[in-house]
Amino acid sequence: MRFATNLRRLSLAVSAAAALGMAGAAQAADTIKVGVLHSLSGTMAISETTLKDTMLMLIDEQNKKGGLLGKKLEAVVVDPASNWPLFAEKARELLEKDKVAAVFGCWTSVSRKSVLPVFEELNGLLFYPVQYEGEESSKNVFYTGAAPNQQAIPAVDYLMEQGVKRWVLAGTDYVYPRTTNKILEAYLKAKGVAEGDIMINYTPFGHSDWQSIVSDIKKFGSAGKKAAVVSTINGDANVPFYKELGNQGVSAKDIPVVAFSVGEEELSGIDTKPLVGHLAAWNYFMSVEGDTNDTFIEAWQKFIKDKKRVTNDPMEAHYIGFNMWVDAVKKAGTTDPSAVADAIIGVAVPNLSGGYSAMMPNHHITKPVLIGEIQGDGQFQIVSQTPGLVAGDAWSDYLEGSKDLISDWRAPLSCGNYNVKTAKCSGQNY
Amino acid sequence: MLRILVTTLLLCLMPPLFAADIETGDPALDAAFAQILDRDFDVKGQGITALADSKHPKRGELLRGIADGELRYLNENNRLVWMREQGDDTVAVDALSGEDYGAFSTRKFKKLALNNAMRNQIDALLAKINLSDPDPTVRLNAVNAMLDHIEPRHAELFSGLVTNEPDAKVREAMLAAIALSSLSDPDAAQRRKAVASVAGSLEPAVRNGLTRLANNDPDESVRREAAAALKKIQARAELFGYAETLFFGLSLGSVLVLAAIGLAITFGVMGVINMAHGELIMLGAYTTYLIQLALPGMTGLSILLAVPAAFLVSGAVGVAIERGVIRFLYGRPLETLLATFGISLILQQLVRSVISPQNVPVSNPDFLSGSLQINSVLSLTYNRLYIFAFCLLVFAGLFFVLKRTRLGLQVRAVSQNRAMARAMGVRSARVDALTFGLGSGIAGIAGVALSQLTNVGPNLGQAYIVDSFMVVVFGGVGNLWGTLIGGLGLGIANKLMEPWAGAVLAKILVLVFIILFIQKRPRGLFPQKGRAAEG
Repeated sequence: MRFATNLRRLSLAVSAAAALGMAGAAQAADTIKVGVLHSLSGTMAISETTLKDTMLMLIDEQNKKGGLLGKKLEAVVVDPASNWPLFAEKARELLEKDKVAAVFGCWTSVSRKSVLPVFEELNGLLFYPVQYEGEESSKNVFYTGAAPNQQAIPAVDYLMEQGVKRWVLAGTDYVYPRTTNKILEAYLKAKGVAEGDIMINYTPFGHSDWQSIVSDIKKFGSAGKKAAVVSTINGDANVPFYKELGNQGVSAKDIPVVAFSVGEEELSGIDTKPLVGHLAAWNYFMSVEGDTNDTFIEAWQKFIKDKKRVTNDPMEAHYIGFNMWVDAVKKAGTTDPSAVADAIIGVAVPNLSGGYSAMMPNHHITKPVLIGEIQGDGQFQIVSQTPGLVAGDAWSDYLEGSKDLISDWRAPLSCGNYNVKTAKCSGQNY
Repeated sequence: MLRILVTTLLLCLMPPLFAADIETGDPALDAAFAQILDRDFDVKGQGITALADSKHPKRGELLRGIADGELRYLNENNRLVWMREQGDDTVAVDALSGEDYGAFSTRKFKKLALNNAMRNQIDALLAKINLSDPDPTVRLNAVNAMLDHIEPRHAELFSGLVTNEPDAKVREAMLAAIALSSLSDPDAAQRRKAVASVAGSLEPAVRNGLTRLANNDPDESVRREAAAALKKIQARAELFGYAETLFFGLSLGSVLVLAAIGLAITFGVMGVINMAHGELIMLGAYTTYLIQLALPGMTGLSILLAVPAAFLVSGAVGVAIERGVIRFLYGRPLETLLATFGISLILQQLVRSVISPQNVPVSNPDFLSGSLQINSVLSLTYNRLYIFAFCLLVFAGLFFVLKRTRLGLQVRAVSQNRAMARAMGVRSARVDALTFGLGSGIAGIAGVALSQLTNVGPNLGQAYIVDSFMVVVFGGVGNLWGTLIGGLGLGIANKLMEPWAGAVLAKILVLVFIILFIQKRPRGLFPQKGRAAEG
């Protein structure tokens, strides 16, 4: 009973607050709203807070340049608190209540899958900045992070060049590592690697006791052929993993680890001297030499008021995605999502590694792939780089069932999963 | 021969980019230095080989400098230099001539880029140079470094050196290397002899060599003997494998015990369901971080200081929680659960806002890094060894406090019969606060240990709260021995299952096992006996 009254009082307070908020919105009708959907609390806050700040900086810079279509941009920041269903609710709030023109957000694949139906139902635009497992192409989502062929496959190619014959595929137990490893396993087998030379291992989120696994890797790697670890281990489980490697005396010279989720930001929390020589594959490193990158780093450190703050790959993805959206809005002359979605295909903007990235018809972008070795100062030294840009592939060429699919959102095809063999679009939007 | 040919060829092809700058009087060496400065890794590798093959007196020092990333070059004159601190300046000292070029900004010093293949190459080259080092341990390491890819010419090299080698250990390693290389001798009798002489070794290189012989040797008897030797070695390696698993289990168990033992007091003895227990661990870990910040460069000392400091910080927070919230909720477990869960969220967000949402770096002192190498298949990591010992120490200390001190007596009295204890003059409110503070302080100490193993971040506590409750419930509520045995047992069980079930499934199986166990023995492994158990 008491609970019910409290609830009623609470709902009154909420509606009052909402009314206030709406009054604020009415006043600022001459702005274009941009939604920022990143977790500011909970497990993922560690990675996503940085991206929220990046968006605020980009919007701020755009406003200093005079805004967009003669209007100022206004960031609407919400906190989905690392809670996947809450992502969907907050996305709905951004689209329905705040009427944002576009949303920049999400980190984990499960959060993206959770908001996807909302964006398709309400016809919103989502720019997703993180490397992911592919096998998806939605009319309403723009994937500015790497697809597997823009990160995992070139990394494996590099290690093959270095003479690696045995492969440990180690990952955290969720959709991105599982799908990526499935693709990699198929790719390695297609390259003639025997079943017995591939070891696959999954661990829970935040795993911290790596003793047995590192010991197994050590044994696996001492069988006479050169071995490497391809790691899709997520986030902060990496720190104890690398520590254990160091303590058990496994150095990058014996068994290099190439990681897809370890960037400058993750390394800034640890002493990297024991990690020197381990690898990471990204589309951007802070150590890239070039004027655009220098300007970006300078602006970022000034904005965040920290001269030691690092930049990383998902930040670059937001930089590219935001500039693409700005260009597309200018080209379309409106912020209407359908018009912008049509206009953005083919838009090319500078990336931070000194070239241009373009939006493909499958809503993925073109990027260079860089392989870097970890240095003692927490930065990466680039040891290999694809000669040109690699176009993101929504559907992997190495998986049964998806190798015949293509995605093209231009009219007249307008389909995310068109089967070239049966000449049919399955009708699903993803 | 080919290498020299290639080098000379390249020497002719090399555009004289840098060659004019580095002059040693030896044109081959000049070219080598020019190649080392090249951005292309293949060219650089050739330069490094040429440098190692040269007779330059400083070649060992230079190669080591390249491998460690200490050797730099200056962009303005393309000289290889050492970076030396001189007061506030960094000065460049020529690596070849020793000439001092004066102070430069650190950004002017360019690193020589390396990749793993080159690090391996340099190691192999250095090993060869190090074979004539005056220090026997350097020589021993050099021999061991060559063991992995032993070639007949190395064996010849060793045969020449072994007679004059004064150190017994180095001699032994060289003989082993010679035996290993004669595993691929063209003469079958030689191979058989070699198999017999390496039969006792656990070196992976030996095992790989024997496997090769056992499968592919043309001689029937060699194949048989190699297989027999291999079987013996594998049996021994398996034995050490079990020892390793046991160690892994004990070390995982000791972490569980450390995390749970504070809870064994607050939950086990006092009966308070404290969901903020994990956050008290986290506060201990953050205390370690803050002390390290305050004492830069003294990692070892700061860890030692962190133990009492973390106890005080977490203990004080614990007392505050007890006095501020829990004391109003005694006897209402559901409300205690919700309230402490709220506190745990508040503490997390507090750390996020005040310090940073990012994980913070806590460095490991030297004595907690590396491993104790027992033989080539078994090594025990120091951090785990120390934490196991630390866990036993904390347990013994806590046991002493509860059984042998006045506070312990009062705690036990209040938990067994509150009314009677009060009638005897025990100030039960004060005892409650102190007991809760003690349990929380122990959680803080656990945080210091965990900061050496895992990430220190706002979510640290959440990862351990479920495990802690699991251990306490399994071990038997209200029994410290139960927590110790329960924690170590669960750790070992987890590690025994991990190799065949995988880390994810092993965890699930342990949980299922505990649920079934609790069905059979609801009071855990060591139930409390007597009338106290009824209350």
